[in-house]
Amino acid sequence: MSVRVLSPGWLTSVQDSGRIGHAAIGVGRAGAMDDVALRLANALVGNAENAAAFEITLRGPRLRFDSNALIALTGAAIDARCETQEIPPWRPVWIQAGSELDLGSMRRGARSYLAIAGGIDVAPVLGSCSTDINAALGPFGGRGLVAGDDVPIGTTADDRLSPSWTALGGRRTGDRDGHEGVVTAHWSLDPQPWFDARGDLPVALARGSHFENLDRSSRRTLFASEFRVGNESNRVGYRLEGAKLRLEPTLELISEGVAPGTMQLPPNGNPIVLMAEAPTTGGYPRIGMVATVDLPRLAQRRPGDHVRFVETSLAEAQTRYLQRERALAALIHAIHERLKR
Amino acid sequence: MNPFALEPLGDSALLIRLGDRIDATTNRSALALAELLRSAALPGIRDIAPAYASVCVHYDLAVLAKDASTRSPYQLAAEWIGEMTAKFLEDGAAGTGVQIGEVPMLEVPVCYGGEFGPDLGDVATHAGVDQRTVIDGHASGDYRVAMLGFMPGFPYLLGLDESLHAPRRASPRTRVPAGSVAIGGAQTGIYPRELPGGWQLIGRTPLALFDPERERPALLHPGQRVRFRAIDADEFAALKR
Repeated sequence: MSVRVLSPGWLTSVQDSGRIGHAAIGVGRAGAMDDVALRLANALVGNAENAAAFEITLRGPRLRFDSNALIALTGAAIDARCETQEIPPWRPVWIQAGSELDLGSMRRGARSYLAIAGGIDVAPVLGSCSTDINAALGPFGGRGLVAGDDVPIGTTADDRLSPSWTALGGRRTGDRDGHEGVVTAHWSLDPQPWFDARGDLPVALARGSHFENLDRSSRRTLFASEFRVGNESNRVGYRLEGAKLRLEPTLELISEGVAPGTMQLPPNGNPIVLMAEAPTTGGYPRIGMVATVDLPRLAQRRPGDHVRFVETSLAEAQTRYLQRERALAALIHAIHERLKR
Repeated sequence: MNPFALEPLGDSALLIRLGDRIDATTNRSALALAELLRSAALPGIRDIAPAYASVCVHYDLAVLAKDASTRSPYQLAAEWIGEMTAKFLEDGAAGTGVQIGEVPMLEVPVCYGGEFGPDLGDVATHAGVDQRTVIDGHASGDYRVAMLGFMPGFPYLLGLDESLHAPRRASPRTRVPAGSVAIGGAQTGIYPRELPGGWQLIGRTPLALFDPERERPALLHPGQRVRFRAIDADEFAALKR
């Protein structure tokens, strides 16, 4: 089975939970920008949570399915239609072979995830199916998808793809020209804990190694003022505009490790938060560290959106991450149980 | 005993800092320490990457939390790694039995100057010598890979003769061709693929610096010795095939 890309939208790429273990040769993690949304989309179609799925940015693609498919959409709220039917998000949806899925604009957020039962079945590159666009590494030559790409989908062991599959407990809707259509589960996840629907929650930031090198007013500004997500922001980094931050005196550093969440301050005074495609090393002063648990929240801000940082400690950031992981594990377990019925 | 410092790099990684300058001795320590930590295979450690004077350790805090009891995952990681680093620095690399620099020396053919190295003239002018002297100086050096970073397979090399140090270009290029051999300040490196960049380009190698299909995707590895050999455009074309 495969999915044909009819039009790619603004940027659609294949992502899993990332490439681990190759930092010593300069290979970064990449993977989903909002890994919580990826994991929940996968759970909703019965996949392993780190299976490869589509990461859709700002405006969605048009896709054609050559077989029956069970799909789920999570993350940013995106307009989604299959033929004449509207596809609701955060739940499993069965669609028929030959269907065209038309994903449009996003009402809120920057990244939606489309998982398909069986997962995207491409050969891993250095242990991962994620696309590192900046490093041109991963499936499809490490690039975003383009019209004409055929994206292979893995097989599923059970009868999930049969239209008679009743686990969805859903309503089957056909349309007048005989399209068998779409079966939509009558249950869905509450996106509220996993998606910042108003886009105004603060992002937790711990002091970085060089926070104390900021001048007094910059130390205050970092946590007191609002920044704008710059237009140049992408999967590598979010460039933040607003009050300029200054080091006193300036620092000359040699390159050392950086990670997703590292907030760097280049000489122009506009901080950059490194995201999923963070390089493995960098030489700018590290003034802050975004809590890993809040990276999905930041990844859902789009260019022009605003972001406020609230100070956190390392211990608090780790505690919140562990709490979230426990809640997520419980939810994913419950979804799998629900799908077995 | 040499001092070292541990510091968090976000909530899922930490840095072991052995120094704050680029020098061969500190770098060799960082590479050996990275190797020691890798061979220790501590649970929950996801990745280990040495740099000039530091080692970055990425950990899975959910795994560490299981062993951490009342401590935070960072405290547990820092305790393990701090103890190993202290012992390593006390005993020296030899005492730990870690071997580094086993990767054989690699000779990298470079076509210097012309379209392959458009900044050779500027580097020569800056050094106050002719282009031939820059080529001879660069190709006669004995280099060592200090670290890889910035891009998959991008090597930062130690050993550039002081007379060849050259400031970065005032305005960076939007496209530097793959294989470009470049000088940025006291550093010399090779662009693994076409990228934007601000270093001075003095030549180009036909070798592929990074290929994920190879068993060892990166051509060069931390600690590896490197020498450059000047080739002409014909040999470049022949090797490229």
